[in-house]
Amino acid sequence: MGNRSETSPATAALTLRNVTKRFDGASGQVTALEDITLDVREGEFLAIVGPSGCGKSTLLSLLAGLEHTNEGAIKLGDQPVEAPGRDRLVMFQQDALFPWLNVLENVLFGLRLKPDLTEAERLESARYYLNLVGLGNKEKARPHELSGGMRQRVALARSLAPNPRVLLMDEPFSALDALTREQLYGDLQEIFTKRKKTIVLVTHNIREAVCLGDRVVLFSPNPGRVQQVFDVNLPRPRRMNDPALANLASEVTAALSARLAQ
Amino acid sequence: MASKLPRPVIPTLVALFILGGWEWFVRSGRVSEVLFPAPSHVLQWFWDSLLSGELLAATWVTMRRLIIGFAIGAALGVPLGALCARVRWVRDTLGVLALGLQTLPSVCWVPLALLWFGIREEAVLFVVVMGTLWAVVLAVQESVLNVPPLYLRAAQTMGSNGWHLWSRVIFPAALPGVLSGMKQGWAFAWRSLMAAEIFVVIVTGFGLGSLLNAGRELLRMDQVMGVMAVVMIVGLLADLIFFSPIESWLRRSRGLER
Ligand SMILES: Nc1ncnc2c1ncn2[C@@H]1O[C@H](COP(=O)(O)OP(=O)(O)OP(=O)(O)O)[C@@H](O)[C@H]1O
Ligand SMILES: [Mg+2]
Repeated sequence: MGNRSETSPATAALTLRNVTKRFDGASGQVTALEDITLDVREGEFLAIVGPSGCGKSTLLSLLAGLEHTNEGAIKLGDQPVEAPGRDRLVMFQQDALFPWLNVLENVLFGLRLKPDLTEAERLESARYYLNLVGLGNKEKARPHELSGGMRQRVALARSLAPNPRVLLMDEPFSALDALTREQLYGDLQEIFTKRKKTIVLVTHNIREAVCLGDRVVLFSPNPGRVQQVFDVNLPRPRRMNDPALANLASEVTAALSARLAQ
Repeated sequence: MASKLPRPVIPTLVALFILGGWEWFVRSGRVSEVLFPAPSHVLQWFWDSLLSGELLAATWVTMRRLIIGFAIGAALGVPLGALCARVRWVRDTLGVLALGLQTLPSVCWVPLALLWFGIREEAVLFVVVMGTLWAVVLAVQESVLNVPPLYLRAAQTMGSNGWHLWSRVIFPAALPGVLSGMKQGWAFAWRSLMAAEIFVVIVTGFGLGSLLNAGRELLRMDQVMGVMAVVMIVGLLADLIFFSPIESWLRRSRGLER
């Protein structure tokens, strides 16, 4: 397992250099991330795992431009990341569906912000992704009429539909049943390979990380740091019950619990 | 058995009982009919003034003032409230001022309005606008500040910003709060208008408040009570046919219904 988190800037979609992020909370200052140096390559699927509170969501917010670093620099290509933009879409940990829009309109929201599409193309794309997550028959429903898992699937469709260059996903599958989840793993891998996206996925599920990621980055808490980077050199599409995958997953788990035991 | 009765039955019976008692009390000669008219007298006045067109004319004058004044107040209040929410120093100045002025009963504006505008239609409108404006400013400010940041963040990463963010995310998210602010503004406007109409006899129009005051001057207590009833009913109707349906639709469609 080489620690090859740095690559040449030409092939890197996102670069983080010595990034530190602190919060002034009610219980004093918290260092959510300390001295993070990490590259996400163009067209890479990067999975991030780590215990609760180690700064995974914070990292995504920084990459999205929703928060600013205290120290260090983040770049998208050769542009510094300063503000949110359509090229870096986030799927949040809590589904952020708009209650005043129905399911279809929610998925159309991001698509309507793309001026180069016709309305017919937007509708087609929205329906395609809703069908993909198995909610083609719920177009007209309002978010509050759906179950938690359904809402998360709509949120997934909403973040996939605009086809952003970089997709930042914060535990997108946590509220799903095993069957739907497995199916979406397949779909996401297919979209990833076909559309040549760069994806950063945060998850608590190490198997999921190994199944989806080209690399798995393990974070350690207090303060949030990169503990170890694992390369996953398994052919796609990968299946969750692949034994090679299980081996790698237990390796990551071992590294995680070794750290927690300290 | 009582539980089998339709719900309005008992209130109707109670109302009839009270009105009947009142009628009997006045007719038995225990109080002066002039000072304390019976329901039938009030009803008689209502019918007569309806036929003579006096009541409808006065209601129309009042409604026109109310709607114009409310519309001006709301049209100013929404952008000002949004500005208060958006810009810190505006909130610290205008927002605080609004908080103070909202506690000022709008009838307090009458002397100033008369000095500034004279005994004219503008004076009444000014009082109504002052009644509406501050409640709307505060409601809009509060509800915009309370829009969950998650919605803003989600919209921003999808490429929404500026006017798009305001019109497609902030306002829709703030709408329930804005609407209850409007409702409160309407109630304040209604009260301030009555005060203005009672205090100021405006040559340009004879509204319900003027009719009420005229009833006092003519010692027509049936008219006074009749106008009071009309004022109450108009207020209730505005809520019943305008605000409540919008509000409950809004709540239902977002799953906020209790
Ligand atoms: N807005 C904020 N204000 C103050 N502290 C914050 C804020 N956001 C995050 N933190 C703190 O930063 C640390 C990292 O939080 P973060 O949400 O990134 O963790 P996480 O790795 O995503 O955890 P989880 O797996 O539970 O989602 C935590 O200690 C948290 O309390
Ligand atoms: Mg998180």
